Amino acid sequence: MTCLPGHTEKKLGLAIDLDTCVGCHACVTACKGWNDQGYGAPLSDQDAYGADPSGTFLNRVHSYSVQPDQGAAQIINFPRSCLHCEDAPCVTVCPTGASYKRVEDGIVLVNESDCIGCGLCAWACPYGAREMDVDEGVMKKCTLCVDRIYNENLPEEDREPACVRGCPTGARHFGDFADPDSKVSQLAAKRGGYDLMPDMGTKPTNKYLPPRPKDKRLDASLLAPLLDIEAKGFAGWLDRVLGKI
Amino acid sequence: MHPAPSVIIFSVLSGLGFGFMCFMALGFLPLRGMWAFWAWGIGYALAVGGLLAATAHLGNPQRAIKAFSQWRSSWLSREGWAAVLALLAMAPIALGDWLGFGVPFVWRGLAAGLALVTVICTAMIYTQIKAVPRWHHWLTPVMFTGFALAGGALLAMQATLAFVLLLALAVVMLAGNYIGDGQFARAGQTMNTATGLRGEVSVFEQPHTGGNYLLREMIFVVGRKHARKLRVIAVLCAAVLPALMAAVGGVGLMLAAVVVHLVGAFAARWLFFAQAEHVVGLYYGKR
Repeated sequence: MTCLPGHTEKKLGLAIDLDTCVGCHACVTACKGWNDQGYGAPLSDQDAYGADPSGTFLNRVHSYSVQPDQGAAQIINFPRSCLHCEDAPCVTVCPTGASYKRVEDGIVLVNESDCIGCGLCAWACPYGAREMDVDEGVMKKCTLCVDRIYNENLPEEDREPACVRGCPTGARHFGDFADPDSKVSQLAAKRGGYDLMPDMGTKPTNKYLPPRPKDKRLDASLLAPLLDIEAKGFAGWLDRVLGKI
Repeated sequence: MHPAPSVIIFSVLSGLGFGFMCFMALGFLPLRGMWAFWAWGIGYALAVGGLLAATAHLGNPQRAIKAFSQWRSSWLSREGWAAVLALLAMAPIALGDWLGFGVPFVWRGLAAGLALVTVICTAMIYTQIKAVPRWHHWLTPVMFTGFALAGGALLAMQATLAFVLLLALAVVMLAGNYIGDGQFARAGQTMNTATGLRGEVSVFEQPHTGGNYLLREMIFVVGRKHARKLRVIAVLCAAVLPALMAAVGGVGLMLAAVVVHLVGAFAARWLFFAQAEHVVGLYYGKR
């Protein structure tokens, strides 16, 4: 039954740091690369080298311009993927039982051999986390790299989602939100991690860490002091003499 | 939301079919012999034809049978069960009308009830979607039921009943337009709540230059240009004109009224999708 479990032992998810994300899309390509192989139908592309390319992705990075009430405008890069909601509306709408939330770790998955491709789960998700694969006719979504995180064939440092592993700035953190001492729980608590569209009642697991406020405008470069080179020794004497002539 | 032809055809035709069978089951159109055969044939063709059209919407229709498994949580699954049960319950009544044997009224009532439950389940598939605020309102099942009953009464040649139901449908459609227009704002979701960012948020760069499933399926903006005109056409054709035709009466005019009603119903159902905005559009700065 696609009823939601009342309780999950773990709440695996991501803490995404909007202060650190530089919008390089490395997580997008890492995700696409890993999910092109292995778990389920590979993420397909249509007309990839043609005039109107499009494809299935499980992770997208938006860029927003934010003008606060006071101070300078900021560019915020905003990765968007499945939030592995506690009260996932995509699961309960599924007519076949293909969509489910795992009791052991709270990951929301699709059993593709049961999916009829009706698209109702994608409608139910407020976050656009699900995309139908055009080639396979089944719904694709973030698996939190369930085929990496428990995979003992991989070196230990690789046992985390591809997007986290691939992030060059450390803007993505993976862990168990059910454990208050975990790195992600600590980060979320310290940095004021928040939910997206909390009024939708989905209780997302993933938390977003807000960009730190910029308290002053930076008109001069931070590197300016380094450019102020003072010559010493013989070069210094020469500098002074030549300056006087 | 993308107005997929398969889903529009499904919900309009099935709704009309189940509404018609409702009146047939309750004996509003007392036909016998071959006349009964053809009338029931039309009812079944509309209901089943619509359901078959819906499978064209699926990515993997060969697995459609699995959709019966999750009736405890899913309205789509419940709809499947209700449709099959209604069609089965109607069968002895249809055979009785054709071959001339009686069916207890309790059974007729049960079959009519199941037909209505099917239409309500269809409506609930849309009503339950909180992420589409226009649909997430009790008027959605009222409207679907209104279309089924008004169209069904027309097809069952119930002039007086059809007149009343069509006027009621006009009121529901107008209310739906009026209330629906404010639903997105009332849901209170903005680019700020979607991103959690404070201040004035605008799109600096889209996440991808090409299209994707989300933009095609949930962020449908094409064709809203003529929405105002289509709304007037929908209310006039689906409800007002057929009501006037029913008021005049006569079999020929009633049948013509069914055709006019169907044109309006298709326009209204197209708008039901095309005008519905999904909150995911906020991430793209589009609705």
